[in-house]
Amino acid sequence: MARIELNEVAHSYLPRAKKDSDWALKRIHTVWEDGTACALLGPSGCGKTTLLNIISGLLMPSKGRVLYDGRDVTPLRPEKRNIAQVFQFPVLYDTMTVYNNLAFPLRNRGIGESEVRDRVLEIADILDLTDFLGKRAAGLAADAKQKISLGRGLVRSDVAAILFDEPLTVIDPQLKWHLRRKLKEIHEQLKLTFIYVTHDQVEALTFADQVAVMYEGEMVQIGSPEDLFENPQHRFVGYFIGSPGMNFLECTLDGNVAQVNGAGIVLDDETAARGREAKGTLEIGIRPMYLEVHGESAKNRIEAKVRMVEDLGSYRIVTLRVAGKTLKASLQENEAVPEKRAWLTFPPAQTRLYADGWLVK
Amino acid sequence: MWVSVLGVRVSGDHFNLTRYGGLIMEKWPNNRAWLLVLPVFVIVAFSAIIPLMTVINYSVQDIFGPGQSVFVGTEWFGQMLGNERLHDALWRQFLFSGLVLLIEMPLGILIALAMPKKGWGVPASLVTIALPLLIPWNTIGTIWIIFTRPDIGLFGYGMNKLLGIPFDHTATSLDAWITVMLMEVWHWTPLVALLAYAGLRAIPEAYYQAARIDGASAWSTFLYIQLPKMRGVLTIAFLLRFMDSFLIYAEPFVLTGGGPGNATTFLSIYLVKIALLQFDLGPGGAFSLIYFVIVLLFSFIFYQALQRVGKGGTV
Repeated sequence: MARIELNEVAHSYLPRAKKDSDWALKRIHTVWEDGTACALLGPSGCGKTTLLNIISGLLMPSKGRVLYDGRDVTPLRPEKRNIAQVFQFPVLYDTMTVYNNLAFPLRNRGIGESEVRDRVLEIADILDLTDFLGKRAAGLAADAKQKISLGRGLVRSDVAAILFDEPLTVIDPQLKWHLRRKLKEIHEQLKLTFIYVTHDQVEALTFADQVAVMYEGEMVQIGSPEDLFENPQHRFVGYFIGSPGMNFLECTLDGNVAQVNGAGIVLDDETAARGREAKGTLEIGIRPMYLEVHGESAKNRIEAKVRMVEDLGSYRIVTLRVAGKTLKASLQENEAVPEKRAWLTFPPAQTRLYADGWLVK
Repeated sequence: MWVSVLGVRVSGDHFNLTRYGGLIMEKWPNNRAWLLVLPVFVIVAFSAIIPLMTVINYSVQDIFGPGQSVFVGTEWFGQMLGNERLHDALWRQFLFSGLVLLIEMPLGILIALAMPKKGWGVPASLVTIALPLLIPWNTIGTIWIIFTRPDIGLFGYGMNKLLGIPFDHTATSLDAWITVMLMEVWHWTPLVALLAYAGLRAIPEAYYQAARIDGASAWSTFLYIQLPKMRGVLTIAFLLRFMDSFLIYAEPFVLTGGGPGNATTFLSIYLVKIALLQFDLGPGGAFSLIYFVIVLLFSFIFYQALQRVGKGGTV
């Protein structure tokens, strides 16, 4: 059990980092409370794995400290930290049986055979591996192998947190869902801190209580899945979460009205007031599901051309052109889709304003 | 459905993958397909089958001269199998190959483990280690003759004059063996080392990371990660070193000529003596076939055993 704290952590793979882009991790300062399931979500190369390796101790950060329950563990090697890691593809000791694989971390720590046996049987039971214990690990299917990798972390009674580095990459789609549910069950049962790295938003949003979105070495937002969806703090979060991502339109402010190439979008007073104080390029952002599409013109509606309608079964995605910009709207099955011309409303409660990529506050 | 092509089982599905309008076409036999194996057959015929047939032909005849030969059946085989000098050469050969494997395999693995993993040291060490493999075999014999000469050779002079240990590979059997072994280890350990290095480099970093998190010692990491992951390349290294050392000819022939006495007369050296120096083609042919069968048999046994090491048994 541990509360994991990252104190001003930054990392560069170069011995002397000069430019901003030399840093794989720019500045990470955050806390994960004990027993939470957190996901680190971001595209490839955003520094997720680097951060994970810093937490587990495989990598020493260039700057900053890592604390477990307030104890500084930065200089400690991975085997001295009570932490386990599950990798992208299953890492097994091929020549050993499943039992010996699970027992390996305990035997390395000099734990007596009877205790080893109790722990291995207990964990095998949780992971549904009991039937495989006598088999050689090499011959098993990918999902069973990944469970063994996880099991090697779970057997250690002192383990405080388990780190997952895209653990479902090599698993078949049907089994992915099953294994993900198993992970959630284990999390609820053992109340360990889980940190889960992924670039798959569905995986992150379904698995975690708390999701940290990473972008170019920074944590742009940490929050619950709903929070990330409703209030993206950065345009990247809006774009990365949700399918399709958030719509962004560059605009200028004229009182309460955001002007987009001659089309005016009315904002709520508060947003507009904050926007007038913000510096940098302004953009309005709206989720496709909140964009209202009408068949006829009315006050405060903006005219748009309908370019394409994609039917995805339970909903439809409409591609629209407004003042030279492309927007996407998602409509429910029962909503009518206008042909050729449409009129849009931006509900002020769901319309966000961004300055230089960050939500204006 | 399975058909057999030259002993290789090929699934019938490969022949009827084509679908036309949902109709799966029936497989029909097309014997012209056999023509496709013709090039391989011709190459194998010239590289192996015809030479082998020639040897078999010699082995069952007593040849006096051109056009003068008598069919003698298995007489040469009987004679060769009972030949004392062949027995001696065979035991010598086993001792030699055994020592070669015992020394070169662990040494090669050790060298591979010690080699740098990144930076300029990688190409530098690879080239340095590969150097002995680039030298022609006859030259290697010559190098070691000079190297071990008591009067001018660095090694020979050092042993005799500086350390005061008498050492002369032309005079004592033990010294001849030591020299041949040193030469062989110097020449061929690099092959094992390079193969082992390739095997080590192919192990993904995550295995080492997992081992660190699991608290594995360096020895456990070697035993449970590196060694099993190197099994494939080490099997190849083992078989290559067994076959090559069992068939060794040029280097000891140049170095010792099989002497002193018969101390380093290995199978191939003895074979050449019979077949080429005495021109006994019949016994030479029979000897060659026996030799061939022994190598084949042992390679097969080793291969099977090494395959089983990784897959069977419990740990």
